Amino acid sequence: MKLRELVKYLDLDVLAGKNLLGRNVSGGYAGDMLSDVLANSGKGNVWVTMQIHPNVLAVATTKDLSGILMTNGRKPEAETLRKAEEKKIPIMVSLLSTYKIVGRLYELGIR
Amino acid sequence: MKGRVKHLPRIQKTQQLAYELKIKEAMNKKVLTLSPEDTMLDVKKILKNRRISGIPIVQSKKLVGIVSIEDLIRCLSAGLMNEKIKNIMTAKVVALFSDEPLVHAINKFDRYGFGRFPVLDHDTGKLVGIVTKKDIIQCLLRALEIHYYAQESKRKHRYRADSLFKEILSDWTTLTMIYHVKGGDFKKAGEQSDRLKENLLKLGYSDEYIRRLIIAVLEAEMNLAIFTSGGNIIMQIERGKITVRVVDHGPGILDIELAMQPGYSTAPDFVRELGFGAGMGLPNIKNCTDEMRLESIVGKGTNLEFCIYN
Repeated sequence: MKLRELVKYLDLDVLAGKNLLGRNVSGGYAGDMLSDVLANSGKGNVWVTMQIHPNVLAVATTKDLSGILMTNGRKPEAETLRKAEEKKIPIMVSLLSTYKIVGRLYELGIR
Repeated sequence: MKGRVKHLPRIQKTQQLAYELKIKEAMNKKVLTLSPEDTMLDVKKILKNRRISGIPIVQSKKLVGIVSIEDLIRCLSAGLMNEKIKNIMTAKVVALFSDEPLVHAINKFDRYGFGRFPVLDHDTGKLVGIVTKKDIIQCLLRALEIHYYAQESKRKHRYRADSLFKEILSDWTTLTMIYHVKGGDFKKAGEQSDRLKENLLKLGYSDEYIRRLIIAVLEAEMNLAIFTSGGNIIMQIERGKITVRVVDHGPGILDIELAMQPGYSTAPDFVRELGFGAGMGLPNIKNCTDEMRLESIVGKGTNLEFCIYN
């Protein structure tokens, strides 16, 4: 499934990387501990997190994640968005909690 | 046989492109048409002047037939040049849709042996173009050229570490890079890992190798930024392996064995809220490196060293 479809089905706000939504999503990972995501996420995963500071981009590029999905309607810092454009990592925001959005992702077949 | 094997990747690339490219990218959009009420003389005029070999016949914007140069020759020899097109044209037209992949066009050329296919818009059914074998070949060549230049410019930026080390004559050659990490500035943590990663890409290391190394370096960089007053990441590249030393001057680790246990962390709360201090940094480094050594003296500093073989 492509990021564009996730944006459509889950009604996400795209705050960075609007032109990168053609990317395939290989699976998902949820977590707020950066080291945990570094250790356990997989290439092409969409990362569901509450973190909004610029370091998330370092993690996402290191692991070649397809995008970052921030939950609870959190507003990423300006520096985070700037870096996301630079590093070509889409940032999407949902008003739902991590728990709920992961459930929806699972239903959509992102396993 | 050797030659054929060598050319295989290029053929596969063309096949891949034929699936990726759409017919609308290859087709000729300026398509000349005639009406069924026109005559074969009109066909002759257009085919001769425009040097084309066939023309779609359109009535109120819908495709109703096609006339080819073969039809024209038949009419010329039979003296039917004043005949209306509707009596000559092929009414059962095989057409393509503009959003079909190019490979469908290639298959149809093979199957029907026609010289051209009209192209229709999927939604409106209107004629939007015409595609010939020449258009397809040109489109594929253009795409291959773009692909070739992209590969070429990528290659130019690569020095290839292994050939560098082979060419330099010495008993031991190393390439050393030093990156300074500021203490306390953990929002910037990751920037030096980024620079380091760029260099490894330029040196031609594989994505998989770089990922392992960068996970370790990024963890070390975050440790320097969170816990110390600053330090250096010293990367030493040599033939067969890369060694990274991470050196700081305090505060040191009290109990190394405990620090190596997954989940153990001394990070303050405000740092944990940002997602650091999961107590997984050092275990992560150990997991993705081949060798790791950690020495620390409280009050003096910490010296972490790890290496990955390639």
